[in-house]
Amino acid sequence: MDPSLPWLILLAPLVSAITILLFAHRSKALSVALSLGAVFISLIGTLLVFGKDPALTASQFSWITAGPSLHLVIGLKVDALSKVMLLVVTSIGALVHVYSTVYMADDAAKARFFGSLSLFMFSMLGIVLADNLAMMFIFWELVGVSSYLLIGHWFTKESAAKAANKAFITNRIGDFGFMSGILLVWANVGSVDLSEIASRISQLTENPYLLAAAGLCLFCGAVGKSAQLPLHVWLPDAMEGPTPVSALIHAATMVAAGVYMLARIFPILSPSPIALGVIAAIGALTALAAALMATQQDDIKRILAYSTLSQLGLMVAAIGVGSWAAAMFHLFTHAFFKALLFLGAGAVIHALHHEQNIWRMGGLRSSMPRTFATFAIGTLALTGFPLLSGFFSKDTILLAAYHQNKGVFAAGLLTSLLTAFYMTRLFVVAFLGTPRSESAGHAHDCAEAMTVPLMILAVLSVIAGYEFFSKSLFGEPFFEHIHSIHHASIVPTLAITVFAIGSVAGFLLYSGKSEEPVKNPFATLFAHRFYVDELYAALIAGTQDLLAAISAWVDQYLVDGLLVRGLSTATWGAGYLFRLLQFGNLQGYAFLFGAGVVALLYILIK
Amino acid sequence: MLTLLLLVPLVSATALLAGKGDRQLVKTSALIQAILTAIFWFSYDRTAAGFQFTWASQPLFPGLDLRLAFGADGLSLTMLLLTALVTLAAAWTLPAVDQRSNLFDACVLLLSAGATGAFISRDLFFFYAFHELALIPTFLLIGLWGNGERQTAAWKITIYLALGSIVLLIGLADLFLAIPIPQRSFDLEKIQQLAGSHAIPAASQARPLCLLLIGFGILVSLFPFHSWAPSGYACAPTPAAMLHAGVLKKFGLYGIIRLALPLLPDGWNQRVLGTWSVMDLLLLLLLGNILYVGLVTIAQKKLDHVIAYSSVMHMGYIFLGIASLNLIGVSGAALLMFSHGLSVALLFAVSGALREREGSLALDRFGGVAKTLPFLGICFSMATFASIGLPGFANFSSETLVFFGAFQVKGASFIRAATILSLWGVVISSVYMLRAYKAVFLGTPSSTSAKWMDISGFQRITLSLLLFALLLGGFFPKYFLNYIQPTLQAVLR
Repeated sequence: MDPSLPWLILLAPLVSAITILLFAHRSKALSVALSLGAVFISLIGTLLVFGKDPALTASQFSWITAGPSLHLVIGLKVDALSKVMLLVVTSIGALVHVYSTVYMADDAAKARFFGSLSLFMFSMLGIVLADNLAMMFIFWELVGVSSYLLIGHWFTKESAAKAANKAFITNRIGDFGFMSGILLVWANVGSVDLSEIASRISQLTENPYLLAAAGLCLFCGAVGKSAQLPLHVWLPDAMEGPTPVSALIHAATMVAAGVYMLARIFPILSPSPIALGVIAAIGALTALAAALMATQQDDIKRILAYSTLSQLGLMVAAIGVGSWAAAMFHLFTHAFFKALLFLGAGAVIHALHHEQNIWRMGGLRSSMPRTFATFAIGTLALTGFPLLSGFFSKDTILLAAYHQNKGVFAAGLLTSLLTAFYMTRLFVVAFLGTPRSESAGHAHDCAEAMTVPLMILAVLSVIAGYEFFSKSLFGEPFFEHIHSIHHASIVPTLAITVFAIGSVAGFLLYSGKSEEPVKNPFATLFAHRFYVDELYAALIAGTQDLLAAISAWVDQYLVDGLLVRGLSTATWGAGYLFRLLQFGNLQGYAFLFGAGVVALLYILIK
Repeated sequence: MLTLLLLVPLVSATALLAGKGDRQLVKTSALIQAILTAIFWFSYDRTAAGFQFTWASQPLFPGLDLRLAFGADGLSLTMLLLTALVTLAAAWTLPAVDQRSNLFDACVLLLSAGATGAFISRDLFFFYAFHELALIPTFLLIGLWGNGERQTAAWKITIYLALGSIVLLIGLADLFLAIPIPQRSFDLEKIQQLAGSHAIPAASQARPLCLLLIGFGILVSLFPFHSWAPSGYACAPTPAAMLHAGVLKKFGLYGIIRLALPLLPDGWNQRVLGTWSVMDLLLLLLLGNILYVGLVTIAQKKLDHVIAYSSVMHMGYIFLGIASLNLIGVSGAALLMFSHGLSVALLFAVSGALREREGSLALDRFGGVAKTLPFLGICFSMATFASIGLPGFANFSSETLVFFGAFQVKGASFIRAATILSLWGVVISSVYMLRAYKAVFLGTPSSTSAKWMDISGFQRITLSLLLFALLLGGFFPKYFLNYIQPTLQAVLR
């Protein structure tokens, strides 16, 4: 393979972003063309990579060197894992770009939108291609910025500006752990290069607590980016961003970067039962809690956001039970059907003039048939309908959990049941029945540029789980991992059973309803997301802001007051002296400085 | 040759004081200074060690090795580049002044000249004297043309910096006397050559080291000697805030790297307060800068206070890099001096422009400014991203080096724990900077802001140059490190 190919994939979107910022920001059409051109170059580059050697490390660019022990490079690693991720990012990226040309057609800041989208593509591809932890961190932060810019795209809206800040700062908390983890690994292994770490891992495994600490610190980064408990609060608010952004960044790719990172650093995690145990527990808890919250949301995007949290929880739990292959498999299928669902929701929102409440929708089956059909496929794929992609990948995770950790298995099953329930609720309320608002009555399918991506994603959501399709992408060795998990026929049986129970319950409960029929304290608790956001707001006000206020007071009245005013009394005499010498205040100060120099000179000469 | 760098602003300032020339002269002078600096920057031979473009006068006094001597190595050249870039931006942001406009303009140039003089001096005495010289225009600018309670602020800054200078003077004298007589010299190059020779006995290193750290520390707003900075910068006219926070304040850090690192390497582990070593105490104080001052910044309600306090906070990272005493950390510190100077100058430039338009910098007076002033909005957001340490900007490259360098240290001190605690500062800084950015630039535009005009013309170019340098150092930090590291290798020998 031409070693410059991976660089082309990475840098095309950067060139687009810079060109838009510097030269093209006044021309919407040119910005769109640049951004689209870049994403298709990356996509074609990715497809070309697939025909070639299985693994390749492209040339490295030396970023920082200091002394003999620190070499930080930008180096690209193209292996089975990054190839699959490249395909997910560039293919969904390209579809979302095309979709956005219509969705954002009337936006005043279209150029800024596409510029930010290109910046995101560059950053995300950097994470995927990174051959070392430092580079991964760099691009990790950069996706954070592009996510910040895109969530806050409509920045004159207070809620969007707030959500952007919340996302960025919450992620920074996770990144604090990530960077600590990188330092720990580097100080003990002597390298940040992923392959070198894997080959020298014995230097870490000598001390199990150090190993667990390093693994869990790195995991903190994933907790932030993949919105796991307790840092999950930013993702639902991130839905303030334009819907194509939610599909690409906050469903299919960026939030999955945490899972990808865990798969990348798996050699550090796998020898540590402590680290794996914590990861499994956090993943399972997130999966379950988010699914519960999703059952009582009314905003179509928020339901999908909680669903994303929940599915990411399953992937993280899969890492925790030791099956990075199952996690990556589910990441792969989830990317397609969740992007499909978000883009479908975007089509509905677009057609209904920014209506997002499912109770003000209804009857879209007949008015938006294409959206309806593709959304149905997405729903079935997500809920685990047999023979669609989500069924296979979720089954792999459940199987791995079944052998490793029955608690995670039970949580996974319960999550699947809830997923079938809340998705059926969403589907029944929004698409079936009769229109419950004027805009829902006048809705119709959107332009081709929006519906064609939906149809492509629908096809992918069907076939992505089958080996004939995915084996050619993941490669043989990957499926050896998948197949090494012993089959147990009870797992798919239970999975199908919970799918059926959840779907039927959802259908019976919500069919024909025009308002939420479930009213009880638990429902209220779920609707309010267990009051975690309120708790955090109180915590921030009670700790950080209170501490800040106290510190500010101390600084103003004690540090400044005592030291300076104490000094002032001492120097008042001197000041008085100057006045006696008939200096004006300022000249007096000037004299003070001049005097120092003169005195020094005097001492020296003497 | 380097003398020209000093003469250009000095001659221009003299002309202004003599009543000749106008604002155009300030701009021209800054432009010439920038072009000259660029010539030196590009013609500097990075493969050769030691000072280049050297010039020295005859000894000024018989029997004393004291002369006016200039020269630049990679470290000082980086500081000169910073000075030139910030001076250029400052010269183009001169605010309207009602009275004694010529004196104001001359002060701005003298401030820049003083900083330049300190950075090109190869002689210990003039190194100190030029900094003192630069302080005089600083407090004149604050005291005569400042905003708000300028008298109090000018007075406080004077007391503090004078105190710092005196402690520093005593420290320098103590250091000078600690050097064995045959090796005693004012020549910084000769002093640097003592690095690694352990010329000063370990036991007598702690006292001068402490004095230098306190003296320089006060000038750099090391906690708890920082309280002059927020009020000083908030009251200072925009060019003064840009030049002092961006450039002149780096003098103290530059001094520590030039003097304390080569001459006093054994003093750091000496116990000076119970079981506490000099290193322990410095770590404690710099954590005060990062964590305590960081928290104080969160509570600020005015944009200029946020920027001023955040600038105090970031000094903590530079001290952390220096405290690592290794090439990784110290080159991070040096690069951070450069990058912080650029980013804080940008922030003050934008906040000054906002003050001119709104009359106040209270955060709740603003909203949606990114809509009405898009160019200033982009400048501020980029400077915000730089100052909170996002990749792509030089500040991130520097902080990465600082963290890696400090974490590499194995030893008795708690520097590794301090590094992790300092990392938390990165979260704190994103809290206050993003809150401030949101309050001013995002949200619904206020009714008054609709009539505001964005900056234009060459002023845009001067600010873009600062941004360009920040990005260059973010993408290609080695470009600057290639200048800085050979000097530091000599210092840390």
